[in-house]
Amino acid sequence: MTFGQVLLVAVVAVPAVGAVATAAVPGDRAGRLVGTAAAALTLLATLPLVGGEHGWFGYGPRPAVQPWHQLDLTWVPGLDLRFHLGVDGISWPLVVLTALLTLLCCGYTLWRVPAGGGSGRALVALLLVVEVGILGTFLALDLVLFFLFFEVVLLPMYAIIAGWGGDDRRRAARKFALYTLFGSVLLLVGVYLVVAAAGTADLVALTGGAGLSRDTQLAAFTLLALAFAVKSPLWPLHSWLPDAHTQAPTVGSVILAGVLLKMGTYGLIRVAVGVAPEGARWASPVLGALAVAAIGIGGLVCLAQSELKRLIAYSSVGHMGFVLLGVATLTATGLQAALIGNIAHGVITGLLFFLAGAIKDRTHTGSLAELSGLRETAPRLAGLLGFAAVASLGLPGLAGFWGEAFAVVAAVRRGGPLWLTLAALAALGGALTAAYLLRLLRRVSHGRPSAAVAPLGPGLAGAELTAWAPLVVLALAVGLAPALVLSYASGPVEALLGVVP
Amino acid sequence: MSTATVWLAAVLPGAPLVAGLLGLLLPPASHGDRAPARRLAVGLGVAGAVVALLAALALLLRVDAPVEAATTWVEMGGLRVTLGLRLDGVAVLVATAVTVVALAVQVYSTGYLRRGPHDDVDVDHRYPPYAAQLSLFTAAMLTVVVSGDLIMLLVGWEVMGICSYLLIAHDRRLPEAPGAAVKAFLVTRVGDVGFLLGIALLGVGAGSFRIADVLAHDWSTGTLTAACLLLLAGVAGKSAQFPLHTWLPDAMAGPTPVSALIHAATMVAAGVYAVARLFPLFAQAPAALAVLGVLAAITILLGAFAATAQDDIKRVLAWSTVSQIGYMTGALAVGAPAAALFHLLTHAAFKALLFLAAGAVIHAVGTTLMSRMGGLRTGMPVTFWCTVVGLGALAGVPPLAGFWSKDGVLAAAEATALDGAGPTASWVGWLVWLAGLLGVAVTAWYATRLLLRTFFGVSRTPLVRPHDPPASLRWPVLLLAVPAALLGLAAFAPWFTDRLRVPGDDTGEAVELVHLAPNLILPFLLLAAGAGVAWAGWRRDPAADPARFLGPLRPVFARAFRLDDVQHALVVRPVGALARAVRAGDELGVDGLVEGVGRAAVELGDGLAAAHRAALPRAAAGVLAGALLIGLAVALIGVGS
Repeated sequence: MTFGQVLLVAVVAVPAVGAVATAAVPGDRAGRLVGTAAAALTLLATLPLVGGEHGWFGYGPRPAVQPWHQLDLTWVPGLDLRFHLGVDGISWPLVVLTALLTLLCCGYTLWRVPAGGGSGRALVALLLVVEVGILGTFLALDLVLFFLFFEVVLLPMYAIIAGWGGDDRRRAARKFALYTLFGSVLLLVGVYLVVAAAGTADLVALTGGAGLSRDTQLAAFTLLALAFAVKSPLWPLHSWLPDAHTQAPTVGSVILAGVLLKMGTYGLIRVAVGVAPEGARWASPVLGALAVAAIGIGGLVCLAQSELKRLIAYSSVGHMGFVLLGVATLTATGLQAALIGNIAHGVITGLLFFLAGAIKDRTHTGSLAELSGLRETAPRLAGLLGFAAVASLGLPGLAGFWGEAFAVVAAVRRGGPLWLTLAALAALGGALTAAYLLRLLRRVSHGRPSAAVAPLGPGLAGAELTAWAPLVVLALAVGLAPALVLSYASGPVEALLGVVP
Repeated sequence: MSTATVWLAAVLPGAPLVAGLLGLLLPPASHGDRAPARRLAVGLGVAGAVVALLAALALLLRVDAPVEAATTWVEMGGLRVTLGLRLDGVAVLVATAVTVVALAVQVYSTGYLRRGPHDDVDVDHRYPPYAAQLSLFTAAMLTVVVSGDLIMLLVGWEVMGICSYLLIAHDRRLPEAPGAAVKAFLVTRVGDVGFLLGIALLGVGAGSFRIADVLAHDWSTGTLTAACLLLLAGVAGKSAQFPLHTWLPDAMAGPTPVSALIHAATMVAAGVYAVARLFPLFAQAPAALAVLGVLAAITILLGAFAATAQDDIKRVLAWSTVSQIGYMTGALAVGAPAAALFHLLTHAAFKALLFLAAGAVIHAVGTTLMSRMGGLRTGMPVTFWCTVVGLGALAGVPPLAGFWSKDGVLAAAEATALDGAGPTASWVGWLVWLAGLLGVAVTAWYATRLLLRTFFGVSRTPLVRPHDPPASLRWPVLLLAVPAALLGLAAFAPWFTDRLRVPGDDTGEAVELVHLAPNLILPFLLLAAGAGVAWAGWRRDPAADPARFLGPLRPVFARAFRLDDVQHALVVRPVGALARAVRAGDELGVDGLVEGVGRAAVELGDGLAAAHRAALPRAAAGVLAGALLIGLAVALIGVGS
């Protein structure tokens, strides 16, 4: 096995082993420490994945997927199942983001376990299991394996929401599980359809259509896109999200918004567009229109929203709308915008949920009507909230800008009356984003301190700063140097688009 | 091009950027004037501005031919975004103006944001974030100035917007400040929707966002006109042009030095600068220039008339900014970017001076309302004379700076109107010229009123003992009075006029900024008339406001033709109602459907469960009936096959 293959196995195996160890170690705090160490090791394992050959030096036509490292083992020979993992410029940034956010969440749990739930180490163990599923989804190069990892995430996340969430957690968790399960059924049918028609589940071979007939591709794309649209989420299949995000504990919200949603957009790019390119071309206007609807509707709902966490949750609908718009254009610009938009949203919304959690923990309320004057009593917290909100509204120079502005540029690039209209509406949606985030700041930060805010102290815990600082730095760094995310993506994106008719 | 020049150009925005980012890390709440955090913040802010000023001055000496340098920032699917510089005489002159005003404001703020004679005990100015935001703002403006790439320009453009938002909301004692800040950002952001789309059209069309590539591309008229019109939306927002001007007067809720830097001298000039930067494109799109001309004419008069009836001294100056920037956009519309930039530079000097002097007045009397001032001339002679210079320059009294630059604008408009010169239709020239001439008279009227109401007559708050401000406030004002008085004479220096040449002007002809022609007498007469009428009205009753002669128009002017109400009725309220409707629709409709499916499934299950709850006879009958059915089916299918 090469070093790269060892790393690939380690990235999936370390959190899995860590989860078991966390649950097995006696003592709550010791368990949490073990889990955090496992998460840190996982992050360390993801970083060197970037090494290795990035170009295509072989003979013959350039394949549509060229992993930097891959590992292809027979798993269940009878069913022709293979354990095929690989990483390339599309998946690597997401892999690192997942490992980073999980580490931050585990570290945060070291300091504070959400009240009202079970033990802290159980939470850490579940977070690690979720990490296994998400990382496996980003790394899988076998369609069936992809589906399996995709499903691994569901139940532990259900348990996190139901075990440590807010007052209405059981209903929200049930809704999350059932709704996304509905998406999974479609995914299963889509995977079955593709595998049965093509006779292989290998994503490298499948990418580009693999000789699937047009009708099969249209059907497959419809099924797969619907499944990923539930996860992403795409309006109007989004209504599980506000409840789940609002009720989940802080670390659950961070993982949900930060990386779980990205499984949908990643799947859309890698699986749906890759496997059924003709279907993607055929459906792209509908996808684009729905994405823009999500931007507009997400923004408007946020403008009328009265609960802090729910507002941030709904803002995800709008932000992911920009990502989906980028994908829908099927241009290199759009796909790159979608990739960086994914990362930026993970970083910024993760930070926003951390901050919202901190505010709710301190004031015991999330109602915008009861919060005001935060900058008077907790200026640092208010400053960070301001930074996160400004990053979220897509301020140029911060991470959120590139994905949103270039989704618009990509729509302009696609050209034609439909896409120009979509570009204009999406840009207007950007103004709407600014409107609701500034409304949020005006309510929460400015004015005289409300009764809930007045007793707050200005201090922040060391654990809080440790968990937030990497996200603040990343939001700034990715904004100033977008090449951090995109420099490895252009090759894979060009190769993928090479197969789209 | 030399590497030293490139480094200097990078230091220009870089120094205040670093100062700003470091400043944000300081503890935000510093108590007392002698707190170490406050001292450090003062040091960082001033140092950043000084380094930037030195870099600008060095560049002023070095750059005589355009300098371009670019490195790839990121490649977005074949569209190259560069970190690029584009230095020419215009950029360096504007950068110098920005850094001079920024330094003056940083120094002035150290004295202004300190517990003054009229502050309550618990005043807390949170100086470190304030100074850091000023530095970041300066960095952003300088980024716009030196940028050679449209995306990089957009970065500076929007960061300026957010800094302005933060600084307007700075004063925690003003309940209206947060709302004004949100309004300022949102109105400009709505304009920026167009700006982004315009940049997207240009970048996609040229395959690159570099300004040099965009200017060199061979454009079709349709695309170019569309792109220019879209850009104008952003320009109108940033430069407070009708109909997106509504944010600027409210932005006066920010501390006065902020108003001087952001809402007078620099940020609002960014729109004008951006158009001048891309002027070769606009010159090929006369339709866009005509639109700009119409907006400019409306803005000149709207701002001037609105300034006549304000009681708040800062709002008079704010409306005069709106009006003066109208002159600049008017000059652009008639194809005279050099005249526009000249007016931009003189305006930066005299408007910064006026705001800082007004700040000294506010500092002394503790109010912004002119109805509570009066008679300050004796107590504050330095402030008085500096204000006289500033107002004289604003109104265009020869030989102060504003006289020459405003004359340049009017002469260009006249040339388009009478001779059809320039890329625009002559009716646009007529419009700008006539509006400009009328504006001269109105400007003289309100400038005279401001002077008389503030400094002459008897004091209307006799308890206050006004005095000239301390040195940290006085020196910036005094130093700004020099360019406000003399900068106009630079128009006679070929060294200066050559630097105002816009890109694409390769004719080699001398840039003519001053027109010593007999028709100079026309604006001068209008000026005298405006000032004279105001003075005569004041003489009749020195205690009363000359604005009373506006009669029934006074409340209309005071509320600026009620355009705020129009905006509220046409945009704010409908969007709010739409948001509530969409939220209800999303929660009851879309989510209601989902919940409904869930409930229906549960109910269906309950129903079926109830159906299965049967007593033994019925259950036995059911089993037998089922067996019979299956048997029948097997028999039928078996026969069929």
